Amino acid sequence: MTTADGVRLEGLVKHYRTGAGMVRAVDGIDLEIEPASRVAITGPSGCGKSTLLGLIGGLEAPTRGRVLLGGLEISGLPERHRARVRRERIGFIFQSDDLLPFLTAAENVSLQLALRGDGDDPDRSRRLLADLGLAEHTDKLPDQLSGGQRQRVGMARALVHRPGLILADEPTGELDSAASKVVIDMLLAAQRQMGATLLVVTHDPEVARRLDRTLRLRDGRLVDGPTADVTANEPANA
Amino acid sequence: MSEPLTETDLEPQAALEAPATLVRARDLFKIYREGTVETVALRGANLELKRGQVTSLVGPSGSGKSTLISILAGLALPSAGQVIFDGEDITRLAEAQRARLRARRIGIVLQSGNLIPFLTALENVKLAIRLAGGRRAGRRARELLGELGLAKRLHHPPRRLSGGEVQRVSIAAALANQPDLLLADEVTGELDSETADHVIRVILETGRQRGLTVLLVTHNADIAARAEQRLHLVDGVVVER
Repeated sequence: MTTADGVRLEGLVKHYRTGAGMVRAVDGIDLEIEPASRVAITGPSGCGKSTLLGLIGGLEAPTRGRVLLGGLEISGLPERHRARVRRERIGFIFQSDDLLPFLTAAENVSLQLALRGDGDDPDRSRRLLADLGLAEHTDKLPDQLSGGQRQRVGMARALVHRPGLILADEPTGELDSAASKVVIDMLLAAQRQMGATLLVVTHDPEVARRLDRTLRLRDGRLVDGPTADVTANEPANA
Repeated sequence: MSEPLTETDLEPQAALEAPATLVRARDLFKIYREGTVETVALRGANLELKRGQVTSLVGPSGSGKSTLISILAGLALPSAGQVIFDGEDITRLAEAQRARLRARRIGIVLQSGNLIPFLTALENVKLAIRLAGGRRAGRRARELLGELGLAKRLHHPPRRLSGGEVQRVSIAAALANQPDLLLADEVTGELDSETADHVIRVILETGRQRGLTVLLVTHNADIAARAEQRLHLVDGVVVER
């Protein structure tokens, strides 16, 4: 089991200046996410969901406020230290096809380990891909896989270093409903097995329903106010 | 017993024997079949890339440019035809051998960049160096990024870099294995003209300094005109203009 990292956001604000003026992408969010919980973040396009996920993952620095991951304030760390926290404690899954096209599935999954100088167990990536139903596909290039298979490779890449926090940005956004169900089934099974905290940005109510809680964002704020923003979902039997 | 050859002994001979052509593609056909529908992307394409030369390849969308670059990189196999890379037909190699050749001798830069979104510029380039089996990855990645004017952006993930910076990091990653051949597929497609010009200058200058063979795939005529050899891909066939 992994040590799950809880997330705490305090007065979180992210404003961008663009040619068209100021964008208040995240506009004052206070939130506590328990370790090992499974949370959906939903809301209309442009409501700040992806920016919020980027702030939690330390990919972006807030304009104001704090992001604490397992008690560590990552928003106050220098860039290079944030990079280390990301590498060691966070697994990212994105909607877009961001596998390196010239590497095989297994090589794409091994990247995280190679970067950590932790390539001692080359079979780890293959075992994980096999667990995700891709045993036959480990040596294929991304181009030779279906959309759902590529997304599972992306998932393996996010999980291979056993992160305490998994951040998924629209992981099923480009999949049909059957492939989407397989990906979410596998993501939830892996999360349960690892015991990590899971945050999923999604516009798909079916995906949100499978998680423990749903946070709704609009115009950079949690819809139901700064603290009582959470809807407890029906217990999921996934 | 003779003394083992030193690097100095080998160099002049190797230079003499190195053929002028690094890559030769012969009669390439690529046919995609989906159900009963056949799409012919390449229909007898030929091209030659001379060592140390920059070649541009222009063609409209759907003309088969990306298919051709995938085949030259050994990422896809042609339906018929050969790709001779430094004397060896790579279409006859097993997938793993092609992957090894790619890792050691070919650098690839793509339109959308070839970076991992949750890693910093430095991590992305370090990774490319480690994947190519290189040592002192951190130091070399810093040097490469410094050469490309990114010394102050080392710790930024791609989403915090401009489009031009992302492409320069991608170029650094593509150079990580000290390749002989650099394949650049529409690398300026998403950039404004000033930034595109800068990125192309970086590729041309870097290529010249390192004696790289470069293939620039583009739909931009101004960029294409800066190459020493200018090719067009028309209906799946390569034409020199």
